[in-house]
Amino acid sequence: MSLKAIHIVFISAAMLMCVVFGLWALGEWRAADGTANLLYLIGSGVGFLALAVYGWFFLKKLKNVSYL
Amino acid sequence: MEIPYNVKSRPDTGLYNAKLGIWLFLASEVMLFGGLFTSYVVLRVNASAENWPHGLLNIPIGTFNTFVLIASSVTVVLGWAALKMNNFARYRKFQAITILCALGFLSIKSIEYSDKFTHYEIWFKDGHRQTGHIHQDGKKAWFWNTKTLAGAPAVKDAKGNVVKPASPPIAEFEFSPDATHYSDAAKHTKGEPAAAEHKESAHASGEHAAVKVKTADIKRLSAFVPAHSTYFAIYFTLTALHGLHVLIGAVVIAYIWGPGAKLWKTNPEQYVNRIEVSGLFWHFVDLVWIFLFPILYLL
Repeated sequence: MSLKAIHIVFISAAMLMCVVFGLWALGEWRAADGTANLLYLIGSGVGFLALAVYGWFFLKKLKNVSYL
Repeated sequence: MEIPYNVKSRPDTGLYNAKLGIWLFLASEVMLFGGLFTSYVVLRVNASAENWPHGLLNIPIGTFNTFVLIASSVTVVLGWAALKMNNFARYRKFQAITILCALGFLSIKSIEYSDKFTHYEIWFKDGHRQTGHIHQDGKKAWFWNTKTLAGAPAVKDAKGNVVKPASPPIAEFEFSPDATHYSDAAKHTKGEPAAAEHKESAHASGEHAAVKVKTADIKRLSAFVPAHSTYFAIYFTLTALHGLHVLIGAVVIAYIWGPGAKLWKTNPEQYVNRIEVSGLFWHFVDLVWIFLFPILYLL
């Protein structure tokens, strides 16, 4: 497995973490309100989208590099 | 004698030596961290909510550190891609950012650690508990525990010279309790009133005003160090082991970036392989943090 492949795995895991973080922030915001929890929720959504866009560009740029 | 498959891949495995070696090493690392993760999850699931310190870690700092590590993984890969396109100058810029990110992560982590070493929990003889900060002579006290309050005799070397002067017993000290205790949430779910609700002078958040606490009223005192509880024991084991990996990764990347860069002139293909192998290790370290952050800070 090359660095390209592990990087894709890593970006996918980071996106998953953004989802978990977002769900946690949503739960906290519903339970206790608070600006910080809302910021976490928005931040995790932005992070998820940024990682998805970056991952797409990364795959496009390194399409000639092997996964092995 | 030339070592075979040091640069080119073996036809049967499709891997060069260093890549096979790093994957075998990473497999052993997965087992090491996997065992610790499993221990944490088993302990967390079986612990009573009142006795499991929760919400004591700084989430904004942890989130920022997560961002720093994700950014460092991106720069590692971009550096490797730049080298593959023969752009050495660009590689150096990206890899310099990676090293700075690693140092930034460790610096922030050390600030987080120092906050824990000056944050305390007191178990009072009447059964209630409080967390907060101890101040002595206007400064935060470090690493105090129940034995510190009893004082200690002077430490002398073989010749009788005083190496460490005697510390007198402490009868009372200044304590700034936190507005809430981590067990309050668990008490709420059981329908019991939380400790903070009894205090009329409670602040909305942060700390209460400093109060004098008598040593005679204390059953146990501990900073948030590994000896405090199972949670902090495994928290420090996991994060310190991870921090050690970050440090080692940063040293390796810095060596290849600096003195090791001579190889680029003599054998560029092997140099690119080294970057890839160090990048694989770096991704593993970052991947560990991606799992550590939600488990330790959020859940």
